[in-house]
Formats: sequence, structure tokens, C-alpha cells
Amino acid sequence: MLRAVDLRIEPGEFVAIAGPNGGGKTTLVRLVLGLERPTAGSAKLFGEEARHFSRRATLGYVAQRSQLGTDAPATVREVVSAGRLAAGGLVGPLRRRDRAIVEEAISRVGLQEQAGLPIAHLSGGQQQRAFIAKALAGEPALLVLDEPTAGVDVGAQEALAALLAQLHRELRVTILYVSHEFGAVEPVVERLVLVRGGIVFDGRPRDLPGRWHDPSHVHV
Amino acid sequence: MFELEFMRLAFAAGSVVGVLAPAVGFFLVQRRMSLIGDGIGHTAFAGVAAGYLLGVAPELTALVAAVGGAVAVEWLRARRRAAGDQALALLFYTGIAAGVVLISAAGALDADLFAFLFGSILTVSRTDLVLVMTLGMTGLAIVGLLYRPLAAIVLDEEGARVAGVPVGALNVTVAALAGVTVAVSMRIVGILLIAALMVLPVIAASRLAGSMRAAVLLSMGIGLASVLLGLTLAYQVDLAPGGAIVLVAAASFLVALGIETVRSRR
Repeated sequence: MLRAVDLRIEPGEFVAIAGPNGGGKTTLVRLVLGLERPTAGSAKLFGEEARHFSRRATLGYVAQRSQLGTDAPATVREVVSAGRLAAGGLVGPLRRRDRAIVEEAISRVGLQEQAGLPIAHLSGGQQQRAFIAKALAGEPALLVLDEPTAGVDVGAQEALAALLAQLHRELRVTILYVSHEFGAVEPVVERLVLVRGGIVFDGRPRDLPGRWHDPSHVHV
Repeated sequence: MFELEFMRLAFAAGSVVGVLAPAVGFFLVQRRMSLIGDGIGHTAFAGVAAGYLLGVAPELTALVAAVGGAVAVEWLRARRRAAGDQALALLFYTGIAAGVVLISAAGALDADLFAFLFGSILTVSRTDLVLVMTLGMTGLAIVGLLYRPLAAIVLDEEGARVAGVPVGALNVTVAALAGVTVAVSMRIVGILLIAALMVLPVIAASRLAGSMRAAVLLSMGIGLASVLLGLTLAYQVDLAPGGAIVLVAAASFLVALGIETVRSRR
């Protein structure tokens, strides 16, 4: 249950939403993406009601790893191409321009050499990059990553933070990074929002009180 | 054996089912819904029984029951009214219980249920073949047309939903296709073995294929080969055709496993 949430994210911001498990992060993200309806108040996306947002193809979402088809018999290129579906049309083959955008997305995450490999043959960190490329293939105005550090090692988490910082710098895409811990991205995010039943901190990471650096200790 | 018309009809109808069942089954297996075909088979049994009770062609009532059951399971799953396995359990037991009640109400317990439960491909008529071809080709055309969105849902259902892909409608379409596949396959391998042809070729192909497109095509190839080889074996050695077809499909998994093991040792 989330109460009294008042959150406004400006286009182009890179925001980490953190907090303990069960604190309401996922609910907040589902409200932002229009997948759930608030019991009171409203959730808006680029000025439109989130539930009825008209430009959904511009939303890039990287779900939790357990929800992704990482064991499906699909190549990295097929995975990334799936991200071009909403923008490129549901039926028929991808057009040349769409295929070029897919290849560019693969390059941006540094998986050119793995593009033809089955996704199941990649490491956890590489699989995560492939699904980020999938989200990028839709040329998103908003990129949302839900628990991206789950199941990947520390090295891959740091590489992910560097990749996201680079994407943010080059594409000026709005990024919402949702995780129960934010250590990996703390150096690169501009704004940190801590959630525990409501928003208990909203500001620059360096202004975070020391006792809250471990979000499991966040107390309202 | 092709000088016999019933064999020609059996091979023609079986070929359609051999290709259609894995093509539809692929999108169920990859979403971890391998057993839905079995559940739909049980509702198809209720449909057959309703046909006897109403004096309507059992194939037609089975088609309606199979599609209805499949869509109901998808609705329960999507609305989170029941977990996936619970929705399937509801389908299994309601289907078989309704079938038994309806069959007894129709006083048709002595009807030729064996043909529906285990298939009777050698009794396929020209009219049956036209129905199988029409529904089968329509099903394959829909899978071909919707391949990309269906693949996207397999890879990332929530991501597709966020991006505005009509995930709910596509999932209902796959469920309805599964219902049609079961109804069409009923005469070929029987209600009790139907799901095997939707699942086993897919499991085998997924171990060997290097891409999703290749996995779908290989699944269809294995399904077709299972039907052709199974029917030939059944004719030559005098076996039950439905069982022979499914055993060949099961053997394809062992072959795939062997190939995979050899590859990994290289």
C-alpha cells in the first residue's frame, strides 16, 4: 500500500527508486506505467493519464529477470527485434529502418559479437544488456528497469551503471532505475527516491542521511 | 499402402495436424503452459459427450467446448482469479466430470468413445479432411501472421504490455488456436494424447535450434515427421496409430538429447 505519494519526474532525469522489498516500489512503477489504477489521485505520463497513455511504444521497460524469457530458444537479435514490435508494426517483417535501429541498439549495449547467439548462452549481465537493447529498440522516451541487479555479479552491476550513465548522456532518455539497493548506481544517478509505504526521501544521493544507505533500514 | 484411400486420407489429415500442433504448442510451451493441451482435451471430451446428448456431430461440439475451455483458462490466468496450475486443474476435472455426466445422461456409455479418446485416424473421411485442412490452414496462417507479437510475448510479456502490444487479445487468440488444434487433432491422435503432439516436438526442437524462428520450423518438421513415421509404423507393424505417432515424437526428444550431448562434448 502506498500513501500520499507526490512525485514528479522531469523529462531527461535519471532517477533511482529504492526501498526495502514490500515497500511499494513495484506498485509505484506499475502506477507510473499505467498498469495499475491509483485508488485516489492520478498518475500521469508526459501529461496524459498513465492508464490511457497514447504513445506506449515510447515506453521501454526491462522487467525483473525472472519474468524474462532468458531460456527461450532465441538469439540476441531476435530478443532485441521484439522491442521494435510496438513501434515498427505488429504484423509483417521488420522494415530496413527498423532493422537498422535494432542493430544500433545491439551496438549501444556492446553485444555486436553476440547478436547471433542464443540468449541462453549469455551470462546474466549480458542477458540484461540484451533486454536493455530490446527496450532501446523502441526508441523510448522513458526507460524503466525493475530490479536490474538481481542475479548479476558485482562487476556486471558496475558495468550496468556505466552503461546506463552513457545511455543517459548520449540519448537524454528519462531513466527510472528501481531496485531494493542502489549502491551500484549511486555515483551516476541525479536523484534518489526512497520508498517505504510512501516517499521517505527524495533528493540527491549525497544528501541521503547516512543511516539510510542500506534501504532495508529505512524507517518512516 | 498409398493404394488404400483411407491411408491417403490419414496421411493428408495427419500431416496438417503434425505441422499445426507444434506451431501452436510452441507458444504455450515457451510460456510454461505445456499441459494446457491436456486440459483442453478433457473439455473436448465433454464436448463430444454433449454432441451425443444433443444429437449433433461430436466433432462440432468438441470444437466449441475446446475453444471455450481454452479461452476460459486464459481468462482465469490473466485476471488472476486462479494461478496457472489451478486454472488448469479446474479445466481438467470439470471437463472430464462433465463428459462422464453428459455421456451417461445421453445413455451413450456404449458409444464408440475409444475412437475419440485414442484417435481413429484410419476412419477419416473426405469431409473430415476438408474440415481438418480448412481449420488447420487457417490456424497456421494466423500463427504466421502473428508470429512476431507472439514471439515478443514469449520473450517478455510485461515489456510487451507496457509498450502497448495487445497482450490479452493475443493470449486469447493462442488459447483459441489451441482449442481448434485439439478439436482438429482429436481424430488423429485422440483426446488423451493430443497434448503430446503440441509439446514433445517443441521440447526436442528447442534443444537443437539456434534461434526462435528455427525452433518453430524444426518443431513443425519434427511434428510432421512423427506423424508420417508413426503412421507408417502403425500400418507396417499393426500398431495403434495415435500411440505410434506420439512414441515417435517422444523418441525425437531422446534423439535431440543425444545430439545435444555430442555437441557439448566437442
